[in-house]
Amino acid sequence: MSDSKADKYRKVAYYPGCALEGTGHAYDRSTRQVGKALGLDLVEVRNWNCCGAMEAKNIDPKVQTYLSSRVMSIAANEMGMDVVMAPCNGCYHNLKKAEYDLAHDADSAQVVGRLAEKAGETAYRAGQVETIHALEWIKSAIGEQGLRERIRGGLKGLRVANYYGCMYTRPRHIFPEKDAGPGSESTAKPHFMDDLLAAAGAQNVEFALKTACCGGAHTLSDSDMSTRLVLNILQAAEAAGAEVIATECPTCHSGLEMHQVRAEKRFGKKTQVKIVYFTQLLGIALGLSPRKVGLHENVSDVFAALQSRGVA
Amino acid sequence: MPIHEKSLIRPENLKTHEQLVVDGVDVSGHWSTFIQSRVVTDYNEALQEEIAALPGGEHIHRCWQCGSCTNACTVNAVNPDFNPRYWIYLVRMGMESELLRDKDIIWQCVSCNKCTYACPRDVVPEGVMKALSHWLELKGHTRKSPSMIFDEVFTEQVIQRGRIEEGRIIQRFFRRTGQALGQDWLIEMGRRLLRRLPLGMLTRLGLASVRAPRTHGWARSREALREYVAEEHARQRRALGLSELIEGAQRDAAGIPHA
Repeated sequence: MSDSKADKYRKVAYYPGCALEGTGHAYDRSTRQVGKALGLDLVEVRNWNCCGAMEAKNIDPKVQTYLSSRVMSIAANEMGMDVVMAPCNGCYHNLKKAEYDLAHDADSAQVVGRLAEKAGETAYRAGQVETIHALEWIKSAIGEQGLRERIRGGLKGLRVANYYGCMYTRPRHIFPEKDAGPGSESTAKPHFMDDLLAAAGAQNVEFALKTACCGGAHTLSDSDMSTRLVLNILQAAEAAGAEVIATECPTCHSGLEMHQVRAEKRFGKKTQVKIVYFTQLLGIALGLSPRKVGLHENVSDVFAALQSRGVA
Repeated sequence: MPIHEKSLIRPENLKTHEQLVVDGVDVSGHWSTFIQSRVVTDYNEALQEEIAALPGGEHIHRCWQCGSCTNACTVNAVNPDFNPRYWIYLVRMGMESELLRDKDIIWQCVSCNKCTYACPRDVVPEGVMKALSHWLELKGHTRKSPSMIFDEVFTEQVIQRGRIEEGRIIQRFFRRTGQALGQDWLIEMGRRLLRRLPLGMLTRLGLASVRAPRTHGWARSREALREYVAEEHARQRRALGLSELIEGAQRDAAGIPHA
């Protein structure tokens, strides 16, 4: 990892997104706390809006392009930032998708330009900012070695299944920096979370469903389908010997939590594995208190599980 | 056309006769099961163009039927009838009535993009699935799917205020789809969460439900987005020949002769 990248990511524009203001509050909290503990500077994007999530594109794809580009435009044109960090896979994916479309599709650029003009805003131009995920942020700004030096307590061999979901790696063309040789993230077998948690003292299990789909887009509109997809993930993690599943997306996280309960209630399938944000695990490993990283806000009782392992 | 993963013989077309003699040959019983032939006559030659006119369907013509999409598909693994490759084939052949046999499951695509990742021709099958769902609804072949209702509830709120608040979305979605808010799993989740009294989170969710989060100075964005969506939807209806139908019906109702 080049030092210039490490320097560049020390201070980034932070785009929490709607979920982190609501059900994903623990992810917001732990991300900010971990950033603080690592000496990284987060400046929240001013007066941000929803990126369009997985829904706006189904009403019209360019509505999503406009919504996502507005966030990047504020970071670039109003705040003078050159990196936007989004911990939510949905936000991260949508900003990357807007970036790609604006660079490659003249029609998208024209529509966004027209919408921004009507709204009285400066239209975003492709290339003005770099959008990164929280995983990339910590991996590049601190790195495994840096993390190892700051660990206090560590994860004591906690067996973790790392779950990345869909939107962190697919579709491949919107992530040109991935699959780009040594040190880069892989879209087929992502490993940034594995790397960070291993440095924090976790024992990562061999988990085949890293990028399987949790059915998040239809979590309420086709719940039985989502429950079946989530149950696959939970059972695969347990079969691999995992005590916890580490997540890096609020939709995946709440989907796993919700359908774990739903599988129990509707299908009579009980699973014991606990669901926890990777930033919560990093925070605990860095010596932060369980409350500081919001462990008490998780639905599955990860607090008790970590306590019984002597981790929290 | 190789369609390895799908049998085109439907159980209802398999005919076995207890007692049957054809030209003096006894063909009774299971050993001489007949397959009733299928005849497709009502091709819609414009079907591919109609799908291509809807967002997501633009690249359907690139497909060379390799089947990577179906092979990678998350939903296909749960329900083998969910078959993107086959539906793309039907659209390209114009076999509308065949496509309509699966009209009630096409909306179930979860947008995981595994198909788009696997596709060697950049067809973007995920987009095609969305275009197909839209087409089915626009043409009146299906009622609005729960997924479409959710997308509408969500996007209405984003366009209205710039941001969403999850509680409102869930309530509105359950109301529009006629579901009770008191689902057993939802109550159980609440119970588990409350055990550890996450006061900060509860205060925050409570505040958000009273004072809906919004983006400041959003009025002009709202207007611009509403105008754009209305224009696009009108364009789509025109592309499917739906506005002419409506205008024609209006002229008929008013007794105006057609030009």
